[in-house]
Amino acid sequence: MSAVIDGSVTAEMAVPSVDVAPESQPVGWRHRHLLDVDGLTAADLDLVMRTADAMREVLARPIAKVPALRGRNVTILFYEASTRTRVSFEVAAKNLSADVVNIAAATSSVTKGESLVDTVRTVEALGAQMLVIRHPVSGAPYLAAEIFGGSVLNGGDGWHAHPTQALLDLYTMRSRLPGGSVAGRKVVILGDVLHSRVARSNIWSLTAAGADLWLCGPPTLLRGFEAWAGRGAAAGRRFHVTASVDEALRDADVVMALRIQRERMASGLLPSLREYAARYGLTAARLALAKPGAIVMHPGPMNEGVEIAADVAAGAQSVITDQVTNGVAIRMALLYLLAGVAGAGSGVGGSPAGAPGA
Amino acid sequence: MWPSEAGKERVTGRRIMTADEIRRATIRLSHEIVEKQAGTDGLLLIGIQRRGVPLARRIAAAILENEGAEVPVGALDITFYRDDLSLVAQQPVVKGTELPTGIDGRTVVLVDDVLYTGRTIRAAMDALVDFGRPQAIRLAVLVDRGHRELPIRADHVGKNVPTSREELVRVHLEETDSEDGVEIERIVDVAGPVRAGEPVG
Repeated sequence: MSAVIDGSVTAEMAVPSVDVAPESQPVGWRHRHLLDVDGLTAADLDLVMRTADAMREVLARPIAKVPALRGRNVTILFYEASTRTRVSFEVAAKNLSADVVNIAAATSSVTKGESLVDTVRTVEALGAQMLVIRHPVSGAPYLAAEIFGGSVLNGGDGWHAHPTQALLDLYTMRSRLPGGSVAGRKVVILGDVLHSRVARSNIWSLTAAGADLWLCGPPTLLRGFEAWAGRGAAAGRRFHVTASVDEALRDADVVMALRIQRERMASGLLPSLREYAARYGLTAARLALAKPGAIVMHPGPMNEGVEIAADVAAGAQSVITDQVTNGVAIRMALLYLLAGVAGAGSGVGGSPAGAPGA
Repeated sequence: MWPSEAGKERVTGRRIMTADEIRRATIRLSHEIVEKQAGTDGLLLIGIQRRGVPLARRIAAAILENEGAEVPVGALDITFYRDDLSLVAQQPVVKGTELPTGIDGRTVVLVDDVLYTGRTIRAAMDALVDFGRPQAIRLAVLVDRGHRELPIRADHVGKNVPTSREELVRVHLEETDSEDGVEIERIVDVAGPVRAGEPVG
């Protein structure tokens, strides 16, 4: 799909074509880049989840390291502040024995005026084979993918997409929900949906996986999503938008609170943080509306006492630290799967004689 | 690990082991393993994904029947340790590793269906030592078809089968393929001459 530029409403986003049935999909991974989750079929999602299971097993080993990506250069280029996503990618790449290069734009030649295109060309000339990029401008990873010779993984771009977060969220839900599936489960995303790339990516993957998805927040922070939900429903996806917390949370299986981005407060979208916390904050009393045992998620970083109460974030239903651990497994799975497509040598169509074997 | 089979035709070849022969070979392997260890103490059977795993379970069942001792069985996926990961067009699907106990100080018997180039066993040994320091690593295979590319040999062999590199040894097990049997096949490229067989196991 086309990149969405900051500020454009989500109505620009096309409804995805109906997913091809898994049995008609070729087995295996065929994507060179991971820019968003909108191009992933149900079979792709399954493959990522199954590969992440194997990575969880690797993470549980006494030496949590395998040589699958030995000799590969994974360059992490972040133009925005980040702790968990950047460290998670770094740990994931190192667990696969890749060589990791970290570049924070704030301390790089970017401050001297180097363009994104020049930086990407430079890191490729320095040996980058896989590029993880985070950028404040929506669509920047798409531009990088056009010029970069290897694989590009989107680590978050503007308001647009955060595919690895959406996949780790899906993985966490599947591993925590009885039956191991989100199909038919009521999943609520609560809070600042408007500014959230996490929410946008989760919309694609959760509705593709068959969840009954509800977006909830103040009407000012849901602008544009009703039209999207309408088109999603027309395409057979279960997708609702409501400003009523009670309606959203009632009998929910999963509640995901989103960070209120304090930096947006000046825009007049919210009267005050205190009022937001009072009307939309995820408290124990509100969580009681959900099913007993419903799981609580948050992509982090949290403003405790604003979008989520401290006792809920640390409570028995919270899987927030699971999300962080699963994030490493999901990123290992994606690096592994993408490395196959990017690193394919002359062996296309069959391995060289005598290559794998006993 | 199977190649794309478009444009190729598999000529079904001869059966080299029947279900009965597989059963007898498995029982003999179980006796040999116990004999070499002088008992079952410290034994750990680890099947290499995919068909080594049911074979390891069968060997353990035979040991239980003959010796009355339960030997733990694990499964090892060697995908992340393959030496051709950078050569294949698509990453192999990972099937998972599950070890029931630690391996420190144990005699680990690796179990696989076919021994061919030795590369899978090299990968398996690299994978194993990441889990600890076994007392010894041994190798038991149902079929040894020759053509080693590494200095590796099996301690226990169900059947030695001379093959050419153009041939394919296919092991079918009830647990994975709904019937028991070993066959030699030959892959013929419809558009051209006989092509190098994809190694199995």
